[in-house]
Amino acid sequence: MSNAPNPRKEMMVAAIENGTVIDHIPADKIFQVMSLLHLERIRSAVTIGYNLESKQMGTKSIIKIADKHFSDEEISQLAVLCRHITLSTIRDYQVVEKRRVSLPDEITGIVRCPNPKCITNHEPMRTRFHVIDGTLTCHYCNNSTPLDKVTII
Amino acid sequence: MENRSLVSIAEYSREKLEYLIRMAGEFERHPNSRLLEGKVVATLFFEPSTRTRLSFETAANRLGARVIGFADPKVTSGTKGETLKDTIIMVSNYADVIVMRHYLEGAARYASELSPVPIINAGDGANQHPSQTMLDLYSIYKTQGTLDNLQIYLVGDLKYGRTVHSLLTAMRHFSPTFHFIAPDELAMPDYWKQYCLEHDIRYVEHKDFNEDTIRDADILYMTRVQKERFTDLMEYERVKDRYLLKRSMLQKVKDNMKILHPLPRVNEIEYSIDDDPHAYYFEQARNGLYARQALICDALGITLEEVTNCKSFIL
Repeated sequence: MSNAPNPRKEMMVAAIENGTVIDHIPADKIFQVMSLLHLERIRSAVTIGYNLESKQMGTKSIIKIADKHFSDEEISQLAVLCRHITLSTIRDYQVVEKRRVSLPDEITGIVRCPNPKCITNHEPMRTRFHVIDGTLTCHYCNNSTPLDKVTII
Repeated sequence: MENRSLVSIAEYSREKLEYLIRMAGEFERHPNSRLLEGKVVATLFFEPSTRTRLSFETAANRLGARVIGFADPKVTSGTKGETLKDTIIMVSNYADVIVMRHYLEGAARYASELSPVPIINAGDGANQHPSQTMLDLYSIYKTQGTLDNLQIYLVGDLKYGRTVHSLLTAMRHFSPTFHFIAPDELAMPDYWKQYCLEHDIRYVEHKDFNEDTIRDADILYMTRVQKERFTDLMEYERVKDRYLLKRSMLQKVKDNMKILHPLPRVNEIEYSIDDDPHAYYFEQARNGLYARQALICDALGITLEEVTNCKSFIL
């Protein structure tokens, strides 16, 4: 089966010459993705497609960021939101690399501990979680939260 | 620099636990010395706990250390809005080791990451209380002569009781069989049963608490069934006396069986049991002194050999 992009979809969000395409974002998670990647600080062109049709997901969101590439560490944080997000690196209008986000062993600074009595909710400090079998365990209070129940700071 | 802090008993290997038990044994033989002369021990109690604080402070004082600190969080800068971080860094300028009790969970881990001097966790919320576990282990070892292959019965609040969870964690090295006796509302959580399965800890759940249930026990570990843990107060009234240990229930128990309780006791053990040879909870509390002397010395890098060869014993 061909992986050629569907021309109709391409028309919905303009192609970029160089940069990164973040695809298969659950539609309602787009603002969290933008916040996690600090896209508000980016100077180059950012194109956002929100509530697009998707055969796999029903609806999805997509972000195209010109002239910007992300490290594995930066994008692994996205796995907290959804493990199906894909990142394509674009050079000269061609997809040169396609990556799926994978969960890191440790997540720092982006997820809130749901335990109201956890020290991280009372001190000016970064949260830290260990990831084991899709569950986040707070490094400090040992509280465990399933990945699909986490709250992003 | 090696971090000598003690945050959770789970970090200790079998060898380390046995080493600390041997050290506690040395302190029981010679509780008074000048081993820590010139050292300053800080006891920071952000949550009042008179029993634990007195035990740690006695441990330090009997080894010749000076003690600074506070027993009441109302007198600290925390009430002025100072962060835990600032308090810990400030106190670490003065003390060689910090014993800390805090009402927030994870506070001890955080403090140990900030502090250039070792932190000893004297309880962080419902999370960890390793010095209690250390004195429990020492008491079990002392009364049974071993920690291996024991039948340990846990009675009462197995859901919220951090002491029973820490005991499970520490005993995983010694192939015990645990017996859980608790009302449904306070039953051992699935998470901890899973933990037992993963660590080859045998466990048996009992519905009843009577003389036949406990006849094979080596250790009967009683905990307090707290009224405030119940959403349904009728349920509390129904179960509260079902987990009361009565003197009549001790008729069939083994000679070596000892009754432990982290204290304070409210109505879990009949007062008439106090002078029974199976009662051990007050001795258990005294063992806390020796266990804490061992923990303070270990945090300060003092070895068992140095303790054993100490020439400054005060008789």
